[in-house]
Amino acid sequence: MAAHRCSYLAWLVFIFSLSGILVADGQETTLSGDHLVSAVENPQTDAETEKRAAEEPAVEERRWEATRAADAAEENQEFPASVATVLSSTPQLKDDFQEELVIRPLHSGDIYASFHFRTLWETDFMKGNKVSHYRLFPKSLGQVISKFSVRELHISFTQGYWRTMQWGQPYLPSPPGAELWVWFQDTVTDVDATWKELTNVLSGIFCASLNFIDSTNTVQPSASFKPLGIANVTDHRFLRYATLPREIVCTENLTPWKKLLPCGSKAGLAVLLKSEKLFHSSFHSQAVHIRPMCQDSQCKTPSWELRQTLNVVFDLHTSGQGKQEWSLFKMFSRTLTEACPLASSSKIYIDITDNPQEEQFELIPATPLLRQAVVLGDRRTFSVYDLTQQVTFGTVRSLNLLIRWKSTEGHMLRPLLHAERYVAGYGLQTGEIHTLMYNNHPFRSFSVLLLDSVPWYLRLYIHTLTVTSKGKDNKPSYIHYQPSKDRIRPHLLEMLVQLPPHSVTEVTVQFERALLKWTEYTPDPNHGFYVGSSVISALVPSTVAMDTNNTQERTLFSSFFPCKEESSYFVRVYTEPLLVNLPTPDFSMPYNVICLTCTVVAVGYGSLYNLLTRSFQVEEPNPGLAKRIANIIRKMRGVPPL
Amino acid sequence: MAAPLTLLLIVAVTIRAVLYRSSLAELIAERVEVVSPITAWKRVIEGLALLDLGVSPYSGDVFHETPLIIYLFHFLVDYAEITFMLADVITAVALYFAVRDYNKKVFRKQKFALEADRYPHDCLELIRRPKEMFYIPLKVAMFYLLNPFTILSCVAKSTCGLNNAVISLFILTTIKGNVLLSAVFLCLATYQSIYPLTLCAPAMLYLMQHQFIPVNFRRVSFWWFVTQYLFMFLGSLLVLTCLSFFLLGSWDYMSSVYGFILSVPDLTPNIGLFWYFFAEMFEHFRLFFLCVFQINVFFYTIPLSIKLKEHPVFLMFMQLAVISIFKSYPTVGDTALYLAFLPVWGHLHRFLRNIFLVSCVLLACSALFPVLWHLWIYAGSANSNFYYAITLLFNVAQILLVSDYFYAFLRREHHLTSGLYLKKKDGSEATLVLK
Repeated sequence: MAAHRCSYLAWLVFIFSLSGILVADGQETTLSGDHLVSAVENPQTDAETEKRAAEEPAVEERRWEATRAADAAEENQEFPASVATVLSSTPQLKDDFQEELVIRPLHSGDIYASFHFRTLWETDFMKGNKVSHYRLFPKSLGQVISKFSVRELHISFTQGYWRTMQWGQPYLPSPPGAELWVWFQDTVTDVDATWKELTNVLSGIFCASLNFIDSTNTVQPSASFKPLGIANVTDHRFLRYATLPREIVCTENLTPWKKLLPCGSKAGLAVLLKSEKLFHSSFHSQAVHIRPMCQDSQCKTPSWELRQTLNVVFDLHTSGQGKQEWSLFKMFSRTLTEACPLASSSKIYIDITDNPQEEQFELIPATPLLRQAVVLGDRRTFSVYDLTQQVTFGTVRSLNLLIRWKSTEGHMLRPLLHAERYVAGYGLQTGEIHTLMYNNHPFRSFSVLLLDSVPWYLRLYIHTLTVTSKGKDNKPSYIHYQPSKDRIRPHLLEMLVQLPPHSVTEVTVQFERALLKWTEYTPDPNHGFYVGSSVISALVPSTVAMDTNNTQERTLFSSFFPCKEESSYFVRVYTEPLLVNLPTPDFSMPYNVICLTCTVVAVGYGSLYNLLTRSFQVEEPNPGLAKRIANIIRKMRGVPPL
Repeated sequence: MAAPLTLLLIVAVTIRAVLYRSSLAELIAERVEVVSPITAWKRVIEGLALLDLGVSPYSGDVFHETPLIIYLFHFLVDYAEITFMLADVITAVALYFAVRDYNKKVFRKQKFALEADRYPHDCLELIRRPKEMFYIPLKVAMFYLLNPFTILSCVAKSTCGLNNAVISLFILTTIKGNVLLSAVFLCLATYQSIYPLTLCAPAMLYLMQHQFIPVNFRRVSFWWFVTQYLFMFLGSLLVLTCLSFFLLGSWDYMSSVYGFILSVPDLTPNIGLFWYFFAEMFEHFRLFFLCVFQINVFFYTIPLSIKLKEHPVFLMFMQLAVISIFKSYPTVGDTALYLAFLPVWGHLHRFLRNIFLVSCVLLACSALFPVLWHLWIYAGSANSNFYYAITLLFNVAQILLVSDYFYAFLRREHHLTSGLYLKKKDGSEATLVLK
């Protein structure tokens, strides 16, 4: 600690001696250097603990986490007392970066890799004080948060649809296309204007078409999206939710996303994120979540969490050439050589829950480290590779994790909650949206919140809404419906539906397709119009609680009653987006239509005008031209005219 | 005379009741020719459902009926079929009595003119005879009740039927000479769909004729009557709007009903001229053409009133026709109302020029509407232009029909003053031309 303080003071002197821009540069280099020292120091203590961890993995991991927390607490107490009083203008740069890669071999033979990067920053954007010194936290996002008074921001870009029935639940669900939901602080007066500005800024940051988010696809869900961080407001006037189901995610979105990482794509897990492989996959989803967090139980020191996640599912046949053998190199065409030097922890987890005795697949190199965690209501076991340790990389100084299958047997537990959606009906006049929600729990019913945001050009008829389960009418206990306004806002339908055990609940609602103005159609109008996924949020009874088989090792005193806090867990499921065709006018003939319709109006006007202004008269035929000339000649000759 | 009318009513109600029970009812209720976004029964139900959910029906863009309609059906929703049949019956009966009274008046006027020897002698074949006039009221009722357009409209439960009932009651009270009720029913009709506002002129002309007030701008009695009528009209309009405000507690319905009618945001295809025109319109010309098209509906009132100030009932017919052709969301129910008046002008048939062609076109269009709609929307083998072409043709046919009747009416009037067989100066047969 003393060394810390010395270097800090030295740095202060350094600041005073230099000026302007140089200061900022110097600050960054010194601090990162400082962190490097501590990063090098840490592995020693970690290494000691890991040895013991081999014996009692789960317990040991927990203890390792606890010691680190204590360290941090000590630093907290010592630092500010001495330094901050001396120089109050100096910002406290307390931030922390962690990276993780979770790999889950899927029963279909595909493989699911999920990257999680977390930057924690102990600062307060909300108090209105200007934050201008950034270290690990990306400045672009920090400025966005403070400028637009954002309390929480969740954005995801997804290519492909997550197949829940084949792959189980994802760690972080996301709908196809782009999704953005933001909680603003209650100091924001004009939320809509701020939202509009924010989407335009984010559109620039992520190189995405978020600027297409306007009032016609933005809704304010009343119950489905609650703040995930510390929050004292749940007034949904400060919430905005929008999806762009048509958005296509590609390299240009990945690059700015990678730039937000402290190490970029230069070191650590991010070196694996090469677009040529990532986008050659069945499912790709990248997300950014920003929320305020508590560091301690009293919530004295608020901090901001930036969580960047990237989920990718590689297909057995297209990426794996049909061979059930996955390695880091095969997946990402890179291997790992080091952790991100700025990361306080950098780990790879492999889900080996279904493979406790290595009867299904083997891991090369093997790791003695294990860790248990309750994920999505299920207790899972993971093999852990700690990248901050040199041991992990072995003698070749490169980690190429290999998962080789031995047998293809085994089945996946059906996901408890699962939903699908489709459009019924034919023709371009009307249609019906069917949403099917499956409760696969054998004996428990639970309620789900269904959120549907339907564009205005599909005119929903709420009186045709039916909810049936097991052939009976299942009346929703809560309905929040906001009808659409043409060209202004979409329909919003939120319902709380009770799903009976082991049942399918069907929600149907009829709609009418509108004819739009010719300029309102997309460039490919006959491709159809996308309707964003329905969002189903639920507290699902845990599988741990449901688990009655005796094979898992548990202490006798804990295994009789299902444990309370695990008894239900939060799940969000997104259905498929819909593609709906609308009737189209003929785009090639606006002039013709204008001319023809005006002609008809003119026919009406003309015929009435004719009758109104003229009167009936007996026809006195005009003499012909020849006769007139003859008359002139006769007149000259002095002869009476004809 | 009561027996045939009763029989007619029974037949009409039976046809409707049978169709309500058949599977056709649902099909008809979806037809864009029969229901418009304003009059669709599905949307009325939706409005009631929204009200039940505690959402204002006008917060969305599905419901565009007036608050009175929603409160009417709040109580009558279970008896909707009876209500719509009753509305048709009321329309028919009101038209029957209106036309009977009108014919009596026409006949009396003709008798006076004959006694005063005002008609040229060769015009005797133009004189209307009581024998042919006797069945006209029944024919009018029959034209309305048995018109397939009316039947479709009633079976689809289009609220257009209610508007027609109000308008026909307005016509009846006007012809009966009841100033107050005339103003009240006109106000109700205007409240329902703005356009009947133009019927103000024929009503005032008729009532002034009835009360022997000369149409002369320099006379106090003229202005006194106009003020009286407008006061009653505007007064009841004020009462109705305030009543609507208090029923729902907000002025939202103003923009949702009248804004919707005037600014035409919903481009759902119908038999009118607006939908495709504004779907294909360039955005920066939209407002201009919107104004032109809406003014077009109201504009004809002034010249027509000047030309037809002696014949307010014919003016009424002309106005109804103009409204139903040029209004923003026309349905076949609107067309049916003015078609019901055709038997009243049966004596004009000898002067109609292209009635055969026009009626063929109207029949062909009525048959082609569902066919081309099917080809466009369901089969996908045609596009919107096909349906649009038919709407154009249908409207041209309607315009020709109306202008033909107008021509025939004017020509008969001309003959009644200057003789039927016109001679040139040299004694040869002359042809009559518009100059």
